[in-house]
Amino acid sequence: MAQTLLDRIWDAHEVAPGLLYIDLHLVHEVTSPQAFDGLRLAGRLVRRPDRTLATADHNVPTDGTPVAERIRDELSRVQVQTLERNCAEFEIPVYSLGSRHQGIVHVIGPELGVTQPGMTIVCGDSHTATHGAFGALAFGVGTSEVEHVLATQCLVQAKPRSMRIHYRGELGFGVTAKDLILATIGQIGVDGAVGHVVEYAGPAIESLSMEGRMTVCNMTIEGGGRAGMIAPDQTTFDWVMGRPGAPPELPEQWLSLQSDSEAAFDREVEVDASAVSPMVTWGTNPGMVVPVTEAVPEPRSEQDERALHYMGLEAGVPIGEIRLDRVFIGSCTNSRIGDLRAAAELVRGRKVSEEVYAMVVPGSQQVKEQAEREGLNEVFVQAGFDWRGAGCSMCLGMNPDIAAPGERVASTSNRNFEGRQGRGARSHLVSPQMAAAAAIEGRFVDIREWAR
Amino acid sequence: MKAIETITGHVSVLDRDDVDTDQIIPKQFLKRVERTGFGEFLFYDWAKEPGWELPVNPILVAGRNFGCGSSREHAPWALEDYGFQAIVAPSFADIFRSNCTKIGLLPVELPAEACEAIARAGEAQVDLRDQEVRWPGGSAKFEIDPDVKHRLLGGLDDIGLTLQQDEAIEAYERQRQRTGPVTTAL
Repeated sequence: MAQTLLDRIWDAHEVAPGLLYIDLHLVHEVTSPQAFDGLRLAGRLVRRPDRTLATADHNVPTDGTPVAERIRDELSRVQVQTLERNCAEFEIPVYSLGSRHQGIVHVIGPELGVTQPGMTIVCGDSHTATHGAFGALAFGVGTSEVEHVLATQCLVQAKPRSMRIHYRGELGFGVTAKDLILATIGQIGVDGAVGHVVEYAGPAIESLSMEGRMTVCNMTIEGGGRAGMIAPDQTTFDWVMGRPGAPPELPEQWLSLQSDSEAAFDREVEVDASAVSPMVTWGTNPGMVVPVTEAVPEPRSEQDERALHYMGLEAGVPIGEIRLDRVFIGSCTNSRIGDLRAAAELVRGRKVSEEVYAMVVPGSQQVKEQAEREGLNEVFVQAGFDWRGAGCSMCLGMNPDIAAPGERVASTSNRNFEGRQGRGARSHLVSPQMAAAAAIEGRFVDIREWAR
Repeated sequence: MKAIETITGHVSVLDRDDVDTDQIIPKQFLKRVERTGFGEFLFYDWAKEPGWELPVNPILVAGRNFGCGSSREHAPWALEDYGFQAIVAPSFADIFRSNCTKIGLLPVELPAEACEAIARAGEAQVDLRDQEVRWPGGSAKFEIDPDVKHRLLGGLDDIGLTLQQDEAIEAYERQRQRTGPVTTAL
């Protein structure tokens, strides 16, 4: 019978009906302490430390604090040190603050080459779908399931339904993977993919870099999807091979990781990629999004009205007239070297608006080192950006990087929920290029025109 | 985990769609390393809004796509610690739903009309064994994964059950063609 990519990976990992083997378990400081406590209480061990990898990302300051014990915020310090202690006790490799490989968990997995095609990957974080860009089945779990995987290397799972989002046409000039996924969520809604694993397909996906594919898969959860995936191809293999965790030779199994042409999906959606413009969110969830050329829409529900009120916006205001206080380039969605290169290209020789505080937070120490080798940090700093250390930072504001009440932020992150980037802060989600241009102009501009 | 059979009592109503876990429990409370004590921070920012009311009852009736966003289990912990034992809504976000079942907080999916009727009735009984919600003037059946139901009815420890399949896990590990990357060898 014809199979989907999901079927192939699922079948290869079912230990028993409803019990899925997990090839890689990524761990961070926020959703793991209670899981380790649970193990200790029950006298259980970590079954496969060699299939587990930890880093500190959500809480870490980005001001150059060198080690966990120097973190000023007491609760953050305790949480990061707790991770370090737990990993030492259970013999799990950990890249904590101060490690050259520390960074956002969804940036370092692929970077180290431990994210590979055909694997099952979980992490106590909803953006785990990022790893699906490599043709892996990767999804977020809660702390009880983190404990379950630590103890058994398996998860009790009912198989999700399958969904394919097929993109017609190619992306236009100045339109990025971020715009593609924002437009998709705008089309299907924030619960459009609930209960499904989404496979992204079509020429617009095939021509994306691995980084672009990660951006698309990363935001699957914002459309409600359990996981997002893209069939691996030569682009994938070229990216993975040669990295520290990669196999010495290309495994033959990787070549058959696609959905059969006659495979049936539970749901199919078509999106016209050629019609996508640079996108900007106007509301308080990622589905509240319009092209930069349009205006804030008329509210169609009480929820919309509430969102407009929170955002301090009125219907009919052109997106290009929205003025900004802050710009954040970072997060597991858009903080990889390609994102930083694209943003730097636009700010080179320009100055950040006097009204704006702008920061760049590389996704990992490796990304930071690479950017510095290329002189991108100089480009950003000369333009007036703050160049920071690696971590989740202002995506969720668990560290000191937060916006003040009422401040308006252009952010390359994934969530514009109320209070996400600081209590009362107003977030607009955009691509790195759109964020870079917004920092210079102090308002949103259509980079297709502006870049010329 | 406490076994669930029926949950009976008054209902609290939160009539909003797409309520995300950042609202249920904001990030500043995720820095704690304990599993308890999150109830007092439930809906921390919304609770400061004028007119906010969310009495402590066994049952919460919520809007569509409840619990979307982050995978933080702190959200179910906070709802459960606050006093809720069941949440009735037209739909739930996947990770949130799964997290609830892991701690014995029962997610019940019913059509919007049934949710509205329960909200109006002000009280209800959720019967897990019969997969039915009853309220003054009506009742409705609900679907639940049979395996999840079995675990909730028995208050069973998921990990303990999986560990009973240790031989199958070991056999799987032995038979694999490719084992994947070794994190301890990086």
